[in-house]
Amino acid sequence: MSFLVGQNMTGGYGAADILHHCTIGVEQGEIAVIVGPNGAGKSTAMKALFGMLSLRQGEVLLNGENITTLSPQARVLKGMSFVPQTHNVFPSMSVEENLEMGAFIRRDDFTATMAQIYDLFPVLKEKRRQPAGQLSGGQRQQVAVGRALMTQPKVLMLDEPTAGVSPIVMDELFDRIIDVARTGIAILMVEQNARQALQIADKGYVLVQGSNRYTDTGEALLANPDVRRSFLGGQ
Amino acid sequence: MNTSGRTSTPAILAFGAMALAVIWVGQAQSWSLALSILNYCVIAAIMSLGLNVQWGYAGLFNVGLMGFAALGGMAAVLVSMPPTQQAWQAGGPALLTAMLMALITIIAAIVVYKIFQPGGRRHLVMTLVMMAGLIASRWFFDPAVKAIESVDPSRTGYLGGAGLPILISWVVGGLLAAAAAWLIGKITLGLRADYLAIATLGISEIVLSMLRYEEWLTRGVKNVNGLPRPVPYEVDIQQSQWGLAWASKLGANVQDFASIVVKLSYLGLSLLVLAILFWLCQAALKSPWGRMMRAIRDNETAAEAMGKDVKRRHLQVFVLGSAVIGLAGAMMVTLDGQFTPNSYNPLRFTFLIWVMVIVGGSGNNLGAILGGFMIWFFWVQAEPIGLWVMEVGTSWMSPENPLRKHLLESAAHMRLMIMGLILLLTLRFRPRGILPERNDIGRH
Amino acid sequence: MQDLLNALVLLANFVFIPATAYGSQLALGALGVTLVYGILRFSNFAHGDTMAFGTMVVILLTWWFQSKGIGLGVLPTALMGIPVAILLTACFVLLTDRWVYRYHRQKKAPSVVFLIASIGVMFLMNGVVRFVIGPGDQRFEDGERFIITARAFREWSGLNEGMVFRTSQGLSIAVALLVVIALFWFLEKTRTGKSMRAYSDNENLALLSGINPERVVMITWILSAALATIAGTLYGLDKGFRPFTYFQLLLPIFAAAIVGGLGSPLGAIAGGFIVAFSEVVLTYAYKKFFTYLLPDEWAPDGLMQLLSTDYKFAISFVILVLVLLIRPTGIFGGKST
Repeated sequence: MSFLVGQNMTGGYGAADILHHCTIGVEQGEIAVIVGPNGAGKSTAMKALFGMLSLRQGEVLLNGENITTLSPQARVLKGMSFVPQTHNVFPSMSVEENLEMGAFIRRDDFTATMAQIYDLFPVLKEKRRQPAGQLSGGQRQQVAVGRALMTQPKVLMLDEPTAGVSPIVMDELFDRIIDVARTGIAILMVEQNARQALQIADKGYVLVQGSNRYTDTGEALLANPDVRRSFLGGQ
Repeated sequence: MNTSGRTSTPAILAFGAMALAVIWVGQAQSWSLALSILNYCVIAAIMSLGLNVQWGYAGLFNVGLMGFAALGGMAAVLVSMPPTQQAWQAGGPALLTAMLMALITIIAAIVVYKIFQPGGRRHLVMTLVMMAGLIASRWFFDPAVKAIESVDPSRTGYLGGAGLPILISWVVGGLLAAAAAWLIGKITLGLRADYLAIATLGISEIVLSMLRYEEWLTRGVKNVNGLPRPVPYEVDIQQSQWGLAWASKLGANVQDFASIVVKLSYLGLSLLVLAILFWLCQAALKSPWGRMMRAIRDNETAAEAMGKDVKRRHLQVFVLGSAVIGLAGAMMVTLDGQFTPNSYNPLRFTFLIWVMVIVGGSGNNLGAILGGFMIWFFWVQAEPIGLWVMEVGTSWMSPENPLRKHLLESAAHMRLMIMGLILLLTLRFRPRGILPERNDIGRH
Repeated sequence: MQDLLNALVLLANFVFIPATAYGSQLALGALGVTLVYGILRFSNFAHGDTMAFGTMVVILLTWWFQSKGIGLGVLPTALMGIPVAILLTACFVLLTDRWVYRYHRQKKAPSVVFLIASIGVMFLMNGVVRFVIGPGDQRFEDGERFIITARAFREWSGLNEGMVFRTSQGLSIAVALLVVIALFWFLEKTRTGKSMRAYSDNENLALLSGINPERVVMITWILSAALATIAGTLYGLDKGFRPFTYFQLLLPIFAAAIVGGLGSPLGAIAGGFIVAFSEVVLTYAYKKFFTYLLPDEWAPDGLMQLLSTDYKFAISFVILVLVLLIRPTGIFGGKST
């Protein structure tokens, strides 16, 4: 069974269900990507895994433990971390302060972790006294990811991390994400840029209208003619 | 939407309770007092109605009511008092010249604004123009004011008015307030709710400052007394044939009788005005214009997207509401027979009317009127009631006890506390007020 | 040369020193308002009366101390009363949060509702203050009145004009400086302070990071009460205490906070001084100043006063409107929503 898994998830934000018996899982050290057309429920599925909406049916298990009823803050304490798509930094606070806030729930000395983040994202070390709001889009995303990593999570969830960034920055971000995965963290990502995301993915979930349509390795999905035709724009 | 002709049960109950309260006062204290209170209740209700037009229809947070009411009061003085010929001769021409200077300065500033490119230079030139204009008009203004104010300062010391019947001032007051509102609205209505609140509060402070210190205008804090009346004087009734005849027929003291007749006359006038305004407001509410106003209030972005000129509508509402308040201000000064700038205290005035609208029912005209009656009645009666409670509560203490003395002295301030509690409790337990707006789309 | 020095001393005495003292008081008041706005996201109209409440407690304690013969020698006894007054004011304010604002927070009510609620709290506080201490003037300063007296200065300098530096003015400036340093240290260097800035910056992300919202709210109210009490006491020592005056201070305080940028502590301080200096500079009668500087034939007759002091509030208001129209986020770009 996967390290983090949401099984048979059915639910939504209000009366109408967005997810229908959806299953998403990720292993430690693995990169899992959720792709699909607009409105497919990709972000919703991830938010469900993080506890930001209640499920009518289904459950979420972290390392075998049932966390379905836990609040997002409680899940952070269990070792999950979430990077929202927008408004994911504290704009008036410096990069370093953003990282400090990321580690807010930690009571121990986190300077070692911060050094690790700086190694991973050297540009953050360079700009660590600058207010996060003044950085470029790509750099802000790095701050956002760095902030989320300060709790030394076992699972890192990213909601469309490359939304609105240029292709070069996107490549760089994906490189970093691979680096993070190599440290043993499970990475779950929702992405619009399906092709590039699947290229780095160990596992891919194609969601359509709230349910799983295709589940396979990233490579296999890229090679799959049906997937190519419907979601990857041919070729 | 208020279906015409059919009033709801809560409304009937509430107004019924009010009527009983007034009757009780008449019985327990005096009919003259009861009528006095009722007169002010009507005026409070009109002001409340005016505010409701701004807040209930359009969601505008106007905390500058006092200023507009004071402008209405000023109109009462400027319309009805006789002109002080000597003062006009002494300082009139110079004063007018000063105003002309000011006007020229403003026009010059606008011209500079239009001609120059935006930037530092334009700001500099405009500032210079305005400073030059300020100095030039002050050159004429200061000596003119000195001259005017030195004309018989204990009795006049100001320019006086137009000597017209005071009822005209009710209309003039409304128009004056409307004009001021138009100007102020043009500048400030784009602001968010709390910014608008502070801006309007500031404006009313300025208006009040002007009225307090520009003695040449309305005698400032020396006050204007003895304003002419639209109804007969008590003395005249007491001495008239029909007055004496009726008084003896009713078996009443002729002074009491005269006082009650006077108050009833005022009441008749005010109720007439209230009725007309209420009818107008209801008509406006039910009209397409009213529906559009509420649509804008409930979702401004959507309304704008649909091409409604939100700013213009807001300005209309602001002007109309302020006109009503100005009218009420003139009525109040007429009732008082005097104009006292220092009595316009924001706590006793502006915020009290806000409590009236919120407690009565924002967005509901009848609610605003009810709120006006209820809260004003309570405000006036809270002092004697509070005193009575204190006396009973401390009756077991010796009369020399300093605590007792202090409590009795301070009983009056309890009404501020209770007013605050009423507002807070309403916000929590009945946020839409006693008579909620019909057909509202869930504002809170 | 003598004339120039005299003119400068005149300005120092009647413009610079009073404006700096007043600016310090306004800055502290504006800080309280801007903190509540930044974190609780509404304009607290009850802040002026909170200042009155805090000062009232200080006055009562001062009278008690004085009756027991306890004093601070050179410094005003009132300073001793400040800590307890802050405690009591904080309790009052926390109660209002618990019983009034929290309900609306849970209902996610729009900011206007909080504004109206703060008007209710204002009525309440105003009534309480008047009930307890009455609506009249109260003077409660004691200790040494002057740091520099006019006569001492004249003797020392040999100049015509004497420069006066009152203890209350010196205290306002010194205490405000200390408070500001302490506040900034708290916000910039401590974990709790940073968490409050984070909460003000991005509420959702702060919650995600595990920051406890109720704790942030509580500390905000406590700080606001402390700032109000200190500001009110300094103002009262300098200019006397009257409940109505504190209500009127709402306008310059809000003007200061908005000018600096609502939500920005640095802005509140800058705004406080801008408003204070504008008020004093624009209402001072420069007659004597010009008399010193200009040759005798050109000496002015009139008062040379731009605006009468009665229009003090008009100045705050005009500054406020100008800023709102030209640069609504204020000098330091606070929050606009």
